[in-house]
Amino acid sequence: MFQIRLHGRGGQGVVSGAEMLSVAAFLEGRYAQAFPSFGSERMGAPVMAFCRIDDKEIRLREPVLEPDALIVQDPTLLHQVELFSGLRPAGRVLINSTRSFDELGLSGLAQGPRGFVLCSLPATELALKHVGRAVPNAALLGGFAAVTGLVAIESVLAAIRQKFRGVVAEKNIEAAKEAYDLAVKMRESAHA
Amino acid sequence: MDQPVKFYQTGTFTVGNRLLGEGQRSVQADMERTNSLNSGHRACQGCGEALGARYAIDAAMRATGNRLIAVNATGCLEVFSTPYPETSWQIPWLHSLFGNAAAVASGVAAAQRALGRKDVRVIAQGGDGGTTDIGFGCLSGMFERNDDVLYICYDNEAYMNTGVQRSSATPPAARTATTPAVGALPGNVFGTGKNLPRIAMAHRIPYVATASVASLRDLERKVTDAMAIEGSRYIHIHVPCPLGWGSAPENTIKVARLAVESGLFPLFEARHGEVTSRTPIRRRVPVTEYLELQKRFAHLFGKSPDVERIAHIQAIADRNIAEFGLLS
Amino acid sequence: MLKQTEGSRAVAEAIALCRPQVICAYPITPQTHIVEALGEMVKEGGIAGCEFINVESEFAALSVAIGASAAGARSYTATSSQGLLFMAEAVYNAAGLGLPIVMTIGNRAIGAPINIWNDHSDSMSMRDAGWIQLYAETNQEALDLHIQAFRLAEELSCPVMVCMDGFILTHAYDRVDVPLQRDVDAYLPPFEPRQMLDPAEPVSIGAMVGPEAFTEVRYLSHHKQLRALRLIPDLAEAFRARFGRDSGGLIRSYRTEDAETIVVALGSVNGTVQEVVDEMRADGSRIGSVSICSFRPFPLAALRETLQAARRVVVLEKCLAVGLGGIVSDGVRKSLSGIVLNGYTVIAGLGGRAITRQSLRRLFEDAQRDELDQVTFLDLNADLVSHALDRESATRRTGPTAEALLRRLGTVASRIG
Repeated sequence: MFQIRLHGRGGQGVVSGAEMLSVAAFLEGRYAQAFPSFGSERMGAPVMAFCRIDDKEIRLREPVLEPDALIVQDPTLLHQVELFSGLRPAGRVLINSTRSFDELGLSGLAQGPRGFVLCSLPATELALKHVGRAVPNAALLGGFAAVTGLVAIESVLAAIRQKFRGVVAEKNIEAAKEAYDLAVKMRESAHA
Repeated sequence: MDQPVKFYQTGTFTVGNRLLGEGQRSVQADMERTNSLNSGHRACQGCGEALGARYAIDAAMRATGNRLIAVNATGCLEVFSTPYPETSWQIPWLHSLFGNAAAVASGVAAAQRALGRKDVRVIAQGGDGGTTDIGFGCLSGMFERNDDVLYICYDNEAYMNTGVQRSSATPPAARTATTPAVGALPGNVFGTGKNLPRIAMAHRIPYVATASVASLRDLERKVTDAMAIEGSRYIHIHVPCPLGWGSAPENTIKVARLAVESGLFPLFEARHGEVTSRTPIRRRVPVTEYLELQKRFAHLFGKSPDVERIAHIQAIADRNIAEFGLLS
Repeated sequence: MLKQTEGSRAVAEAIALCRPQVICAYPITPQTHIVEALGEMVKEGGIAGCEFINVESEFAALSVAIGASAAGARSYTATSSQGLLFMAEAVYNAAGLGLPIVMTIGNRAIGAPINIWNDHSDSMSMRDAGWIQLYAETNQEALDLHIQAFRLAEELSCPVMVCMDGFILTHAYDRVDVPLQRDVDAYLPPFEPRQMLDPAEPVSIGAMVGPEAFTEVRYLSHHKQLRALRLIPDLAEAFRARFGRDSGGLIRSYRTEDAETIVVALGSVNGTVQEVVDEMRADGSRIGSVSICSFRPFPLAALRETLQAARRVVVLEKCLAVGLGGIVSDGVRKSLSGIVLNGYTVIAGLGGRAITRQSLRRLFEDAQRDELDQVTFLDLNADLVSHALDRESATRRTGPTAEALLRRLGTVASRIG
């Protein structure tokens, strides 16, 4: 079982992001579970969502306490919320930011003994560019596909098409694709 | 007949249908009437509500070709009409709870639509307690949705079935078990209470009317007209309660007439929030003539009458007369 | 057809397949997505011959359903928590009148303090109103139970509550198999009422019943639920025959055959419990679990048969009988009448507190060593509690309890789990 925890603020599509990820896994014939954890209903409050993916039925109903990967949709949470709590060794972290993880003050984490793999992507900028709205979830999922290889980019795009309608879906798809390509490039240059 | 004939029920019913054309005759005079609320019920002698319900429901049955379902709130009517193990209803009838007659009726009406029974109509009925107080929320909801239900309120101005407690329809100065005739200001407080017909009008529903058991044909006509309309309709019937009002059982219709003739209970109709007709007062009476017949107002009279509060009640009547233009 | 969708949406699709005729809705978290989805389906013409009514309160919602059901229409509504309490009078009324209404409860805690998250206090508050109560373990089961519920309700003339954990199930995306219309039609015939408001055959419904017959009326409703003890497994079996999967029934046992310790629970927590059971089995423990699906009627005989050979039973409850301890425990204990074994009540998950594998593991291990109190509050914050008690003994004007606790706890938004 692979467990992902998504962090963000209310209104940023964190819950939808987790849901789309579960749909992507479903489309590949796998079992997936996605659910939210939120406080009040207002915009701007810290929000979490969880996604589990497995090849057999998922019975577990607790929050994801030991994620294999994190998606951080809002970097302002970085030093406010214990985002990395429970992250497993070699866990993947995808952060929505124009800054590198050095600039975010996370280099210690990246080089630490737990071997976390960090990647930061300008998902909000990509969303603004393609969709015209600062909702970074689709772009981050595109990046996620590249960073983890857990789901294929085609599945992510198909999931986006299920969640959104018409033109909005296509625009989110463009954002996801560009994020994917960007992440692939970053991975290649890191290995180079 | 060439001339419209007006009949004044001044104490007897001997002047009646024989002189009218068939179309003008009272439903109750018809041998084929449904007797929806059949004899054998346990209402008190002189019960205004039983009288009003009998006229109203039979008129509705005639208007709908006997395709009617009634929903009844808890209260006197429900209790005296269905004493275990009997029922005096000859029509499909449902008693649900005290505060939800309007909502239950909305459900029955929805079911008729879902079942494709376009001709079956629904009446919800309750006393003033079940309408103006505990049933207020559901009633407003029904009005707001414009559900196809005629709601009839039988207003005897208190919670009679449970022993005469004050409701928001209880008039000022009236004695009830919870507004006793003691202390500096005996009876119900002034400056409180709800006017349901006006509140119904504020919802701008297709039809609102007040009626009285003093004008039974008028009541029948209003119910008949209401059944020809689709959407939410409300009829508020003034029904004296000899027990709760402390009036003589044989005076029920007389007391009801005095309420109308004093101006305390205006008879009018309204559509979509605007008054469209009113019944003029033929012979105006001072409120004292009405109040004196009821023991619930006895504390206003006697050796030192409460002139001030009687005047206050008279002012209410005067205002109604002015507002509705009842003396034309 | 397989879908990856939100639990609420899955339930809405199941309801739609049952050809409801009147749906009335009043919003309350966390059931709202169900009725919103249904409203959309009706408005788009997806449910033929269905009236969707937006009512002004939960009391009105069930009242509308009562009127519609008495008039012969298949009726449905949904609520949670405070909403269920607000319609309490109507809940008893519907059962007393024998109206086959189906209602979803998106299980949520009852306040005060106000709390929007999951526990079972709401449906538990109505456990003796005469409704059948079924608890879903998964979203698939939630979907399936609604289909069974309509048939059960209509065969017995008894209303049915289908309970599903708020947020944990209602708001979770899961893989579900949504049945085909023709299969649902084959399983669920059109509604044939026992009583109906019909101008062609007038009846009076809802009259007063005096001392002469009230006991008999109540006995008959009790008897009805006892009949349900046979009917529920029958309908689950018929469901399996038609749809090819196990859903519903009275209880479901997991690895209990030779278990010394058996955990009993309702609803979604059973998934996590089963994971822990597997872990502990792998380490050699003889432990198993039972999921109660039918809470009313309470499956006394089925539980007795499953639990009687165990050394100890741990009842894990998402509800609390204040001043007493467990609610489900009472029923379990009753089922074991005359049998001596150790019974433990664990109150867990109140107000949406997460029940974790880790905590359950520790708990079950303590249970195995019989090192549990009679009543345990799982993961109770002892510091918080003693602080509150100290404050109360030190001063009179302590202010609202909940607020004082929250102040001590600090910000929670930054926490995980």
